[in-house]
Amino acid sequence: MLEWIRQLGRGGFEFFEKLGRGNLFLLKTLVGMPAVLARPHLLIVQLLSVGVLSFLIIAVSGLFVGMVLALQGYNTLVDFGAEESLGVVVSLSIVRELGPVVTALLFAGRAGSALTAEIGLMKATEQLSGMEMMAVDPIHRVIAPRFLAGFLAMPLLAAIFSAVGIYGGFFVGVGLLGVDDGAFWSQMQDKVDLYEDVLNGVIKSLVFGFVCAWIAVFEGYDATPTSEGVSRATTRTVVHSALAVLGLDFVLTALMFGDN
Amino acid sequence: MKQTKTTELLVGMFVAAGIAALFVLAMKVSNLSTFTQTDTYTVTAHFENIGGLKVRSPVTVGGVRVGRVSAIDYDTQRYEAVVSLELDQKYDNFPEDTSASIYTAGLLGEQYIGLEPGGSPDVLSDGAEIELTQSALIMEKLVSKFLFSKAAEGGQNADAQ
Repeated sequence: MLEWIRQLGRGGFEFFEKLGRGNLFLLKTLVGMPAVLARPHLLIVQLLSVGVLSFLIIAVSGLFVGMVLALQGYNTLVDFGAEESLGVVVSLSIVRELGPVVTALLFAGRAGSALTAEIGLMKATEQLSGMEMMAVDPIHRVIAPRFLAGFLAMPLLAAIFSAVGIYGGFFVGVGLLGVDDGAFWSQMQDKVDLYEDVLNGVIKSLVFGFVCAWIAVFEGYDATPTSEGVSRATTRTVVHSALAVLGLDFVLTALMFGDN
Repeated sequence: MKQTKTTELLVGMFVAAGIAALFVLAMKVSNLSTFTQTDTYTVTAHFENIGGLKVRSPVTVGGVRVGRVSAIDYDTQRYEAVVSLELDQKYDNFPEDTSASIYTAGLLGEQYIGLEPGGSPDVLSDGAEIELTQSALIMEKLVSKFLFSKAAEGGQNADAQ
């Protein structure tokens, strides 16, 4: 019993310790941002691996999510004779929720885990200490560009996901199910608000990008420098990112759309 | 050097694709295109009951959208709702005795304001008030009216017998 309470306390301390480390780490990374702007090439290389190489999975997922939404939405709406609203259903659910959230989950799995593994292995093979020996701050040289690349790539990827998804819904709804072309777009334009829906979706994706990139680089930097430690850190990145994204999504949705 | 060029090209294309997608969302999906800031003028109308009317609900004449609801307020002097209608400057020659009614699109659809032009030679200008208005139909009121009239009929029949 006593041992159990002791363990609980130790776990709690470790949790808060890690939270504090994470926040200090974020602060250092943000302070290191000017160093990245001085060397934009580092950022571009990271944008390639984080953004461009995630492009395919994001675009394909967006296409299929949009197509499935159109199929499912059509089946329900046709019972009410409201299949013309298919465009509204597809676009609102993608722009408000699915675009930012699914992109963030895929992003954590595709790019976040890779970032963690890369940084963790750099630590395990003592490349980071090597840099410190040469008076190069690894936070400036390694962490900050990766963090910034993740933060910048996420909203772009979410926008691509949303646009591709809506065209996927258009393809199924108008092309296969025979919804009227004009009604699809005009009802969508009637109901989707630029600020309320599109801009809030972009804000969501910015927040998710920030959180996912932060978790990924921090877990890598904080990993136990062994092969097991790196593998655990990678797992933690995916799990924590997914939980953070889903939890934050609820909070953001309640803040943005909760009042009506 | 070749490698760097390709990287930069790919990243540039990626960023361009992202911005293009945002542009598509803004122009094609959202209401930006229907919502270009044209010149408008505002008129007000008092309604006893606005039902489910909301800010940004459409204002139509003969089914053509000519503006939108820009504000909804409550007049504590007259105990009525005040609705401000923002009308497109293109349509600036509605007669002064135009009437405004709150309709429902479809059986359960959204509510909108329908204008019905009258015959007066004077036209509505900025800040004018539409005098002739008709409130929204409230389903519960209709149902209770119907039930009460039925009940009254039933009572009369019972008396007659």
